[in-house]
Amino acid sequence: MSTELVVHGAEWTIKELFVYPNEFIYWSIQIVMYPYMTGLVAGAFVLSSLYHVFGQKDLKGIATFSLVFSLALLPVAAMPLLLHLQQPLRAANPLLTPHFTSAIAAFGIVFSTYALIVLSEIWFVYRQYFVAQVELLRNQAGIANAMRRTVYRVLTLGAHDVSQPALAADKKAAKVLAAAGIPVALFLHGYAGFIFGSVKANALWMSPLMPVIFIMSAVVSGIALCMLTYIVIMEWQAFRNRRRGGSEKAAEIKAAETQAIDKSTRFLLAFLVGAISLELLDLIFRGYTAMKSWDILRSVMYGKDFMNIFVLQYGLGNLVPFFLLVLPGRNLPRIIIALVLVLFGVFMMRWNVVIGGQAFSLSFSGYMHYHIPVIPHSVETFKEGVFGALTVAATPFVLFWIINKFVPSLRRDMDAGQSSM
Amino acid sequence: MSCSRRDFLKKSFGGALSAALPAGTGAFLGPRDAGASVGDAKKRWVFLVDTEACTGCGLCVKACKTENEIPLEAPITRTWVERYVVTRDGEAHVDSPKGGLEGFTDPQIRGETIDPEDISKAFFVPKLCNQCENPPCVQVCPVGATYQTNDGVVLVDREWCIGCGYCIMACPYGVRFFHPVHKTAEKCNFCYHRITAGMEAACVQACPFEARKMGDANNPDDPVTKVIKTERVSVLKDEYGTEPQVYYLGLDEKVR
Repeated sequence: MSTELVVHGAEWTIKELFVYPNEFIYWSIQIVMYPYMTGLVAGAFVLSSLYHVFGQKDLKGIATFSLVFSLALLPVAAMPLLLHLQQPLRAANPLLTPHFTSAIAAFGIVFSTYALIVLSEIWFVYRQYFVAQVELLRNQAGIANAMRRTVYRVLTLGAHDVSQPALAADKKAAKVLAAAGIPVALFLHGYAGFIFGSVKANALWMSPLMPVIFIMSAVVSGIALCMLTYIVIMEWQAFRNRRRGGSEKAAEIKAAETQAIDKSTRFLLAFLVGAISLELLDLIFRGYTAMKSWDILRSVMYGKDFMNIFVLQYGLGNLVPFFLLVLPGRNLPRIIIALVLVLFGVFMMRWNVVIGGQAFSLSFSGYMHYHIPVIPHSVETFKEGVFGALTVAATPFVLFWIINKFVPSLRRDMDAGQSSM
Repeated sequence: MSCSRRDFLKKSFGGALSAALPAGTGAFLGPRDAGASVGDAKKRWVFLVDTEACTGCGLCVKACKTENEIPLEAPITRTWVERYVVTRDGEAHVDSPKGGLEGFTDPQIRGETIDPEDISKAFFVPKLCNQCENPPCVQVCPVGATYQTNDGVVLVDREWCIGCGYCIMACPYGVRFFHPVHKTAEKCNFCYHRITAGMEAACVQACPFEARKMGDANNPDDPVTKVIKTERVSVLKDEYGTEPQVYYLGLDEKVR
């Protein structure tokens, strides 16, 4: 027999008491990352729609940024799935022979629909800007400018009409798309919740509340990440302006930032309360009905995973940031700490669902412990280890940096394309 | 200019649509409709395990691993045997070292020595895929790589499985795993290649005590079917609504 026998899961699973021979932690860190990243996408889009659809004007700056950021997050939602597949080269099979009784089968379809909506909304929002850039770069010398101009020409898709009626049509289209995008974004993520909630074999996962809980926490994490990234970028811009002596400009940036952050915080809190309430309802219901699986679930939740669930997720990830945001005297450092904790809390929620759901044996007579591979010594331990997860987490920022070079989501003077000349 | 482009787009869209339509007008076909299904629809394979007869020798596990090319030393297996030792306090001590591959020669259970005087009952329970009538693994496969044959056995297509692991998660019996060489979902298939060629499944053939038997539930004269119809049999975890087709004689309530 070959010496390179890799039994998937055996590497990082420690069994305790009686566990069926074939049981391992099959769904590891990448499946934690999958709902986490999808949730960030959905949340970022919802935040951007608050301005585009519901006319929350003071959210304009952060909303434009969130829209483009959600595009950067989008490919990263599918990345963990690719890294997780045992046969990644067959990743297109669900699109070729979708088996629609499976909750995963429609992922590609829902995901592509959503991607089309985000892409077209961004196009309508920035088309005027693209046209302006083509004009602006027309007479500028240099290969770089010529190349930039070519990119912008492609981005206009040949639609150079910037008359008032055409721009009004753009605006209307963007609004319609943003409105259509909300249910699709929520569906994309509620659907991730359904993938877990519909597994009847798993006592922890099976719950009709799962999709709703996932949606709530998705919006929470998406708003938190957008706010955090927005703060960091705005602070950086203000800092740069101050150094160049433009203190007035710096103050202006700070004012815009504070306004957007205050407003977003309110939405964040509302969704946070919704998420916590639903999760507690789920927990109380399980304890009260005390089905056959409750014995082992209780021993996992109140025993082995107590630290992860009650201290890290509910305590540090939900309660602490809640009070940091609610108590009077809120300032930027406090908001930043709260946002980091919120993001951590949602990550722990995904972890506790995915890993926690595999922490006990189907025999209800044993436990499995997940030891995440840190130093990779094979492709598998890289993909499904700390570094694989970090790669996934870092990718959206790299993508955003690239996309933002062509679609400047952070320039207040641009005004979504209206005054860039 | 813009008008002619519009016309061009319209026409190419129309052209593409009309080219795609003939392929798309067909309804979604299941394997059965497409005539791609396998198995004799007149049959329904069932399995009968007599726990009273099982001695935990592990020959079934060895035969299965050899027949189905599951590496002997790998900690996964298509079938396994569990040992239950119930002590007087009502506690069940369960183990299945290497799936019972080498039998149960050590009186210790997971390092724990049990006083023979303290044992109220002890028995072995062979486990394998239940070939459910309502298989959750088939339901959740996103690509249809795992499917039910006309004679009731659930198979996995190694050429099409993407290795997402959803079926492994969906099975309440823990019979599925990833094949360490093929990297696709794997499980017991009642030795479908053998039974459809008129042979016995490897484990059935290897069992010296006739603790494992197979039959056709649709044939009332089948000896196994007769036992299932006339004796007191039970199945594992029927609360999941999977309608398992592996029947057990003498199954204890402690068995999970």
